Amino acid sequence: MAYEINGKTFEHDEEGYLTDLNEWNEDLAAIIAKDEEIDMTDEHWEVVNFLREYYNEYQIAPAVRVLVKAIKKKFGKEKGSNKYLYELFPYGPAKQACKIAGLPKPTGCI
Amino acid sequence: MPKATFQTPELGEFVDIPDIQEGATAKLKPLPASPDHQKALGFPGELVDDWEQKAVAKLGELLGKYRSLAVYLDACVKCGACTDKCHYFLGTGDPKNMPVARQDLLRQVYRKYFTVAGKIVPGLVGAKSMTKEVLDDWYIYFHQCSQCRRCSVFCPYGIDTAEISMAAREIMDHIGMGQKYCNEIIGKVHKIGNNLGLPGPALLDTLEGLEEDVEEETGVSVKFPVDVKGAEILLVTPSADFFAEPHVDGLIGYAKVFHQAGVSWTVSSYASEAANFSMFIGSYDQMFKAANRIRKAALDLGVKRLVFGECGHAWRVAYSFLNTLAGPWDFLDPKYPAPQHICEFTNDLIERGGLSLDASANDDMTLTIHDSCNIARASRMGSRPGGQFHIPRAVLKASANRFVEMNPDTTHEKTFCCGGGGGILTDDMLELRVKGAMPRMQALNQVMKKDGVTHMVALCAICKSQFSKVMPFYGIGMDAVVSLHQLVGNAIKLGTKE
Repeated sequence: MAYEINGKTFEHDEEGYLTDLNEWNEDLAAIIAKDEEIDMTDEHWEVVNFLREYYNEYQIAPAVRVLVKAIKKKFGKEKGSNKYLYELFPYGPAKQACKIAGLPKPTGCI
Repeated sequence: MPKATFQTPELGEFVDIPDIQEGATAKLKPLPASPDHQKALGFPGELVDDWEQKAVAKLGELLGKYRSLAVYLDACVKCGACTDKCHYFLGTGDPKNMPVARQDLLRQVYRKYFTVAGKIVPGLVGAKSMTKEVLDDWYIYFHQCSQCRRCSVFCPYGIDTAEISMAAREIMDHIGMGQKYCNEIIGKVHKIGNNLGLPGPALLDTLEGLEEDVEEETGVSVKFPVDVKGAEILLVTPSADFFAEPHVDGLIGYAKVFHQAGVSWTVSSYASEAANFSMFIGSYDQMFKAANRIRKAALDLGVKRLVFGECGHAWRVAYSFLNTLAGPWDFLDPKYPAPQHICEFTNDLIERGGLSLDASANDDMTLTIHDSCNIARASRMGSRPGGQFHIPRAVLKASANRFVEMNPDTTHEKTFCCGGGGGILTDDMLELRVKGAMPRMQALNQVMKKDGVTHMVALCAICKSQFSKVMPFYGIGMDAVVSLHQLVGNAIKLGTKE
């Protein structure tokens, strides 16, 4: 199970989450997003980049609320909502955006 | 994520008993645990040699340990009372999702190796050897049971299918056939302290953010303390309360209640999880380990009371097993139940006039309540029978004006599972989750249409996540599920009482 870019392979798990998050790059993110049927816009990239920054600091993806707050700060009040994040990532910002950002899948009662 | 490839059941005027569809869900099996997930719990990494004998030996060990298991395997008279009581059967039509058929998957092996008739005339008593085919059926159908125990309410002998499915999962873990979702999560609890794998610094950052939010919204400095030594109360809550929506709103509600009560409280970064998924896999050893993190945190922090947040199976483990797993709790204040549910705490305060609640704050919603199975059927709350039903409703009615009950065949002890309990709340089981939610969706849809209900209250982290995910399949918005303490949090008038 691997993604492929120009002959180079990147291992992923059964659900498409990257095995080694250090291998992540923007081309790879674009390929994962395509599998998820998502056209990446500036807002999508903003979410993905924020997730990676947060993960680097805390070794976990941010709570949905934390993410909403960060997006609100960046793009204004009308985009700072859970609903807006679901418009960007219909399968849920936590899981789908994490996958595109190359982060492990959040687990638990979520 | 690819688009759904299955048909969402239609919601009728009532829940019809479906036509039998053999093998309808035979393809729905959860991802297996990786060797790493298995080994972290001390289970073999993959299917062991001689697994047939080892499975039978493990069953023998469990029969010796749990008298109840032997009784459940012996007592069934095939009366059929349970057959149409399982939400997964009602949602899928697969006959192996009839509780009796699910039990029989284990019972056939039990008869073959542990009963005289099964040894002599196996064909006459439905006894079967432990084969790969049987094992595969176990893996599939014991992971299509959410251990909600609704069937046991209707069984004249009280046979508990949940306990049978827990035993089967325990056997499978011991021969190297674990399930990824549960076992990965249990590993995280042992290593990091919660299901999410949320490390201490992230917990602190999240809770600081909540303090800012609440202060910004209300002008009152409501604290969300972490690891505070000497606090009176240790709050143990599902880690989803720190992460997901609408769970977080419930957590804000607890904090506001504690603030108003004027008691000191804290969460622990070491025991930052109420859930105990070890129950789902029937593992006493794992359950013991997770439960004792709570004991250690309570002792280290020197707290006097233990309060649990909104979580279904956590409350079963807490209410029913915590004393044997991690007791005695003689170092806690004997004036209070150990543990106590947050609903009891809030309700006591309401009854004593300690909270000012403005129920009109929730007038934008007409509410109904979903009884979570592990609270409804596997525990109690407060000091009176039925407290697990009355207390959450009392809290709800004090916090909101518009409340409607769903069909009584789907509430209280007859409540339907949300469809995601028992270790099934995972993306790889989405089809089963959507179909299994059908009976609850039917009852909800009915009160939405008839009585104008807009929101459903849940008091379990799994129920909340499951409903947010599956309701859109039925044309209901994902935000139609709310936390009970979210309503309390909305209604509470901070700073009005000293």
